[in-house]
Amino acid sequence: MSEDIIAVLKENVIQGRKTQDDEGIDETLSGTPGVVELTQQALANNTPPQTIIGAMTAGMEIVGKKFATKEYFIPDMLASAEAVGAAMDILKPLLEASNIETKGKFAIATVKGDIHDIGKNIVAILLKGAGYDVSDLGIDVPADKIVEAVRNEKPDYLGLSALLTTTMVEMGVVIEALKTSGLRDKVKVLIGGAAISDDYAQEIGADAYCMDGFHAIKLLETL
Amino acid sequence: MPREGILIRQPFERLTDAQIQQIHQASMDILKNPGLTSYNREATDIFQSNGAEVTTITTGDNPSWHISIPENLVLQALADAPKTVKLGARNPDNVLIMKGEEPRVFFITGSETNIWLDTNFTTYVKKSQPGTEIQVPEFTPRRGTVADLCNSAHVCEHLDTLDGYIRTVNIQDKDITEDNKDVNKFFASLNNTTKHVMAGLTSLNQLNNVIKMAEIIAGGKEALRENPIISLITCLVKSPLQFVEDTTDTFIEVCRRGLPVVVSSSPQAGTTAPIKEAGIMAQINAEVLAGITLGQLVNKGTPVIYGSVPVRARMDTLGDSYGAVETSQYNIDCVQMARYYQIPNYSTSGVCDAKIPGQQSSIERLFSNILVTLSGPQYLHCAYGLLDCNSTFSLLQTVLDDAHFNMLKFFLKTPNINQPELDIVKQQIQDVSQTPQKLYIRYIRPMLRRGEISAAYPFEGNGDKDNVFALAQEKVNQLLAKPVAHINPATTATIFSEIPGLLPRLNIYKEERQ
Repeated sequence: MSEDIIAVLKENVIQGRKTQDDEGIDETLSGTPGVVELTQQALANNTPPQTIIGAMTAGMEIVGKKFATKEYFIPDMLASAEAVGAAMDILKPLLEASNIETKGKFAIATVKGDIHDIGKNIVAILLKGAGYDVSDLGIDVPADKIVEAVRNEKPDYLGLSALLTTTMVEMGVVIEALKTSGLRDKVKVLIGGAAISDDYAQEIGADAYCMDGFHAIKLLETL
Repeated sequence: MPREGILIRQPFERLTDAQIQQIHQASMDILKNPGLTSYNREATDIFQSNGAEVTTITTGDNPSWHISIPENLVLQALADAPKTVKLGARNPDNVLIMKGEEPRVFFITGSETNIWLDTNFTTYVKKSQPGTEIQVPEFTPRRGTVADLCNSAHVCEHLDTLDGYIRTVNIQDKDITEDNKDVNKFFASLNNTTKHVMAGLTSLNQLNNVIKMAEIIAGGKEALRENPIISLITCLVKSPLQFVEDTTDTFIEVCRRGLPVVVSSSPQAGTTAPIKEAGIMAQINAEVLAGITLGQLVNKGTPVIYGSVPVRARMDTLGDSYGAVETSQYNIDCVQMARYYQIPNYSTSGVCDAKIPGQQSSIERLFSNILVTLSGPQYLHCAYGLLDCNSTFSLLQTVLDDAHFNMLKFFLKTPNINQPELDIVKQQIQDVSQTPQKLYIRYIRPMLRRGEISAAYPFEGNGDKDNVFALAQEKVNQLLAKPVAHINPATTATIFSEIPGLLPRLNIYKEERQ
């Protein structure tokens, strides 16, 4: 029974169905349990959280392959990631109670002066779907607030986003503020946005430039 | 179910109602004076016996007559001509129903070119960086063959944007003669596409064989009348204002048989028609009306199509300039004139001056394709694959054009805006505004799966690499490898036993075919 639920759970991750109301790719599934309901059912059957995470990870790997072969588009990838993220919210207290570690804690923000958050939000969804514990600090976040969050929340990674050439300089300000506060070596800083490049990341002393959310996930595995 | 085409709800129009009336009246005046010069005895007799004033022209080597066509004859013919024309097809789902007053556009190939353009890719290495290579398409022109025509019809069968097929290439094999060209070009086309097939006739003495072949395929005389899987295009009037001897013979005979027929005129502004828009319009309209009138006098109720291929002269060569902006203006004007008469219109777009696929070709063809489509002609000969005016055909360009028409068809869809839709999106807006990310991305997927979101350009390269031609060629190869529904073996056997002149190698069921 539990094995069946796990197989269906994996399939629903591939389908990108967060809840029973979602259509997914196969429209006939509408009305049947989605990832959230299946996660709850699996837990009720005493399935270990690690088994649930394993099934979701396997599902996401297939989603990634479908995206690479252009069978899936970004909305499909995001739907799957969103479904996994919702399941992770359910599993989080159990993981914490069992001292099971996530892939890492990731704080993310759009820097001061910039209110563009589409990219940041997509990256946050994808990271959550990939198993990271994501803390979204919001938009137009000044450097001192970001430093404060790093100090208090102790994330392993800090993602900074900016769309405009006029606001990307604020990323350098944040990195300088981290140095001044003695926190620079406590967190890996990843930056991204339309105007950002590898060269700019090096120039301001960031640890990496991420082209997009998928690039970020791959990169995080190497940092 | 017939093909839907694209209904243009608010057609783009250049002419006012008053201008249409003025052109009409000018055409009536022209038909009366100077009238038409006729090199065809039978047409002359038909007009004369119906009240037209005829005088013999005594100058010149060939017998010819001057015909002054009275307005009442033309108006009666316009009243008699069917306002709806059906073009049949081997596959009933590919039938075209064209209503003269309805701006529903069907996209069609054509016309017949002499040159077939092969595409091959050569690898070039960058001198300063020998590790850097690029694939460059090289285009090789050669004379078209019957095998090319088969391949062209085969690819066109698989292009969803294409509604009908006008033969694209003149077959010039060594064993093709004036006497067997027609049967072979019609068979090659019909055997490789289930869409409607239109072509011109090379030799009138082949008309019987062509019609008999069509009857065998359609299932008999009556079946062909009900489902005319072929139609003819005739340029009986040579500009300015001359009934040509041989094509007028063909036209008269086609009308007698009752097959759908295009009365096509192709004046060139500046040489065979006045350079002024008012001039070419008054003349081409007079020329087409003269043909329509003859058709109705021969056989009242003949399904005729108002065929317009006006073009401006190039200033450097005085050749046709299909890429000229004025050419699109003339075509749109003709669409309006045909709609005024409520007779289905054969119009022209997409023909370009460029000799090979590339930027010039794309710009010229897309410009006219968009504008002329928006004017709402019924039968739009939009030149899939045509290059160098009407001289060259390229399969690579054909699939590039298909991509353009996919975009155009998507653009012309009726907006789905109504109260239920607005209620749905209001709910979406409320729902999303309560989420932390405030993104609507999750609503994309159902629309994406239902094909309600336009596709990306199909030949897009990776990053800054332009792979358009290489990807388009891949598509050509895929389509050629995809089977088509050929005429069945029994019907094919009947055709080959009853129709003389067919090349044995076109019989796909004969193992010993070359």
